[in-house]
Amino acid sequence: MSEPPAILELRDLRVSLGGRRHWLRRAVPPVPAVGGVSFSVREGEILGLVGESGCGKTTLGRTVLGLQRETSGEIHLDGRLVSSAQPKRARVERNDIHYVHQDAAAALDPWWSIGRTLEEGLIIHGGRTAGERRARVREMLAAVGLDESVLPRYPHELSGGQLRRVTLARILVLQPRFIIFDEPTSGLDMSVQAMVLNLLLELRGRLGLTYLFISHDLSVVERFCDRVAIMYLGRIVELAPTGTLFAAPRHPYTRALLAAIPRLAPEPKRAGRLVQSEPPSTACLPAGCAFSNRCPHVKPACISTEPALENVLDHHVACWRWQELRSDARAA
Amino acid sequence: MSEPILEIRGLRLAIKTDEGLANVLDHIDFAVARGRILGLVGESGCGKSTIIRAIIGILPPGAEVEAGVIRFDGEDLLGLNEQELNRRIRGSRIGFIPQDPYLALNPVFKVGTQLLEIMRWHAPDEGVRRGERNRRHRTRILELLRRVQLPDPEAAWERFPHQFSGGQRQRLVIAAALASSPALVIADEPTTALDVTTQQQIIDLLRDLVGEFGLSMLFVTHDLGVVAQLCDDLCVIYAGQTVESGRTVAVLDRPRHPYTRALLACHPDRATAFTGIPGAVPSPFHAPPGCRFAPRCGKARPACAVRRPRLVDHDRTGRRVDCVLYEPAEAVGA
Amino acid sequence: MVGIGPGLRREDKKVLAPSLSSCLITFLRRCTSVRILSKFVRDIPALIGLVIVFAAVIVAVIGPWVAPHPGDIVASHLLQRLKPPSAAFPFGTDNLGRDLLSRVILGTRGALEVAVIVVVLASVIGVPLGLIAGYASGWLSEGIMRITDVFLALPQLVLALALAQLLTPSLESAMIALALTYWPFFTRLVYAETRRLQASLFVDALRGIGAGSGLIIFFHILPNAISPVIVRGTIGMGFTILVAAVLGFLGMGATPPAPDWGLTISESRNYLPDAWWYATFPGLAILVTVLGFNLLGDGLRDLVDPRLRRSH
Repeated sequence: MSEPPAILELRDLRVSLGGRRHWLRRAVPPVPAVGGVSFSVREGEILGLVGESGCGKTTLGRTVLGLQRETSGEIHLDGRLVSSAQPKRARVERNDIHYVHQDAAAALDPWWSIGRTLEEGLIIHGGRTAGERRARVREMLAAVGLDESVLPRYPHELSGGQLRRVTLARILVLQPRFIIFDEPTSGLDMSVQAMVLNLLLELRGRLGLTYLFISHDLSVVERFCDRVAIMYLGRIVELAPTGTLFAAPRHPYTRALLAAIPRLAPEPKRAGRLVQSEPPSTACLPAGCAFSNRCPHVKPACISTEPALENVLDHHVACWRWQELRSDARAA
Repeated sequence: MSEPILEIRGLRLAIKTDEGLANVLDHIDFAVARGRILGLVGESGCGKSTIIRAIIGILPPGAEVEAGVIRFDGEDLLGLNEQELNRRIRGSRIGFIPQDPYLALNPVFKVGTQLLEIMRWHAPDEGVRRGERNRRHRTRILELLRRVQLPDPEAAWERFPHQFSGGQRQRLVIAAALASSPALVIADEPTTALDVTTQQQIIDLLRDLVGEFGLSMLFVTHDLGVVAQLCDDLCVIYAGQTVESGRTVAVLDRPRHPYTRALLACHPDRATAFTGIPGAVPSPFHAPPGCRFAPRCGKARPACAVRRPRLVDHDRTGRRVDCVLYEPAEAVGA
Repeated sequence: MVGIGPGLRREDKKVLAPSLSSCLITFLRRCTSVRILSKFVRDIPALIGLVIVFAAVIVAVIGPWVAPHPGDIVASHLLQRLKPPSAAFPFGTDNLGRDLLSRVILGTRGALEVAVIVVVLASVIGVPLGLIAGYASGWLSEGIMRITDVFLALPQLVLALALAQLLTPSLESAMIALALTYWPFFTRLVYAETRRLQASLFVDALRGIGAGSGLIIFFHILPNAISPVIVRGTIGMGFTILVAAVLGFLGMGATPPAPDWGLTISESRNYLPDAWWYATFPGLAILVTVLGFNLLGDGLRDLVDPRLRRSH
């Protein structure tokens, strides 16, 4: 059985932020937000992108979307090269890709009603009459489980869960194939989270969508995503199918993350505590492995050379010592 | 069992707004035992923040306490006026750790200056000259900063809030809360905005500090996992009503109230699929009489819409459930 | 950041008028909503301001029919000159025997005309400049703002005087001069709002769904930025009346025999302090009108907050 085709492929993508020179202001040195990221997303799958604040996952998401221009590297959509383009052209070429922001309330213009906001995308892209637009909006409202009574309302009159559904409907009317979600469940109560996630799963099946799910919430990622990529300081350190990653994590950072999740059952301190409390600043990254200054298993080789992303049976790890650590863990 | 350090009994509170009267708190009943950590758990809009504001006395204008007492160390806080609260209670005997440390720190002053100011405001005048007093305060603050594991306290003294990371700012604010050796510390969701690894460190830190300084803590959160890791006791709140309380282990192992059960069923550690709770939280403007969870409760009975009983468990651990289902059979009636 | 150049398509330029009118319609609809009105009436100073402005507008409109001696714009009755306030002449008469009450009433129209025209003209110049400067980056934005800074550095009155002198003194040239000195305030205000809004998440989301710069500026940034402009503009009307009165006083605005308030006060200089009524009543008219606009402008602040929009 052949693998489903890759809808999105990234090759050695790098993004540096800042670094502009202005004749009136002091030059700002660029910050490497994303360094050498390569992976592909298969059609119909949900790929989770997990990392803590400052790891570059939002920058990566925006770069894939097209609003952020990459510094080097390639982005392929359906096999077509779509990188190296200004944001306006990039959005046109990648209009199969859409983005759902983290803060749903802030992502909506408070001046316009929900109905007008939902129609806006269709107005911009043209090609439909007013009646057709309204029909499409109603169709997507029903798909996300909202009642038509929200159409004349304004964003500040709706709840967090409703706003989340509105932002989802706004891009669904444009028939996307690939949706990037930036922390879609953050700030939502557990019960509302469940509703949103069930909705996303249902829509994926019904409309044949592919998701890039950016989150820092490992518990959600565990149950929602097909594959998970762990990101640390701009680099992918581990990428594997969800079950494998959570059952047998290979990278020390992944282990630390999993150990840090507050569980309902009180447990003794598990292995995987971090050495130092703070990651180094992105402006001055170490030459070798980005995690070296906090890793409990660091060796000289880790500090001098950056580990490449090795792929063994669809489980990618970027760590020099992952094999020895694995056998240690088994022996322990 | 000694008297609890903080006791809230039968608190009812409403806020007059432009849109009408919001019955934010209908019945709040819990106690923080001395030397223990009580987790106050509830989803957004349940009134947790209002309870904290009521304790410290910073309620919005238009808020009226309709009934109840808030007893801190034997004293009724609701009876105190603004001046007394300011001088004796706030910051000195009750410490406060806010949710967003960035908003709690003044961005234009150095961190050391701010901490010094807090200490000077609350420390008694020991009769020594100002220079000597400041020196003592500074030593104490540096010690505190070391204790909260802030790297390089002397350098931190000279820095501004924006030069710290989120986790470090949270530690600063914890140090500020402990500066005057309070008896009770109220923490308002201090780890919600933090990364999971930083959250783990802060939880460990708080646990150690409570043990070392002999504090009592009221820890407000919506994350049951954090409660399980940190809190000795817990109290569940729904729509302004206390629903269930008791020892954390007991409540999480054998939840009784339907809402507690539903909430635990949603948690990733217990649920395989994504389960939610059907329905929505009632608005405080149109709160149903009796038990506010009844409209969403699968086991609601006609009596639920009328009244809410208060029950105490028999094993003397302070376990209680506010639910008709757990009343002794004779009292239920029809 | 997305630049402004090619994004402003021809179709986008045509949308400016409907965008402004839709903002205005929504604003008026909100003014008549019961909920907002009931909130407004609780604000006493704002209510006073509204009453004053409303009264001034009425007087301006029906002035010629209400003034007891409407012909006193041009006529002169030297037998009645400099009579103190009495039953026949409640505000007294001026040095040409004209009824001051009528002249004050008739002067209202001129004052309000100046206020409205100047503020509208200044915002038509200033608001688009602020939008462009706020949204674009680089030399276009810097250029506009530095020119604005230059205008702001000069005292408005001095500049207006200089311009009015250049354009030969008259009410029209005073209006143009005032408009040309007032637009920078709007530009700076709109620039600050636009800068803030173009960095906001909803603008980012709009770019994500393919919105062009023109659409974003006129349909999204403008409606959200307009509320401080409305407040400032209302207060500005009061201020303009004051400055126009000063220009009239200095002879750089209205010319005799126009019933301009400032001009009347200027004429009264030779007859003070005996003919106290000559300067007092026009002065009071200026005071009350300017106060009214200020109070109304302050009260409007809440009214135009987008978060108060409701879907009734």
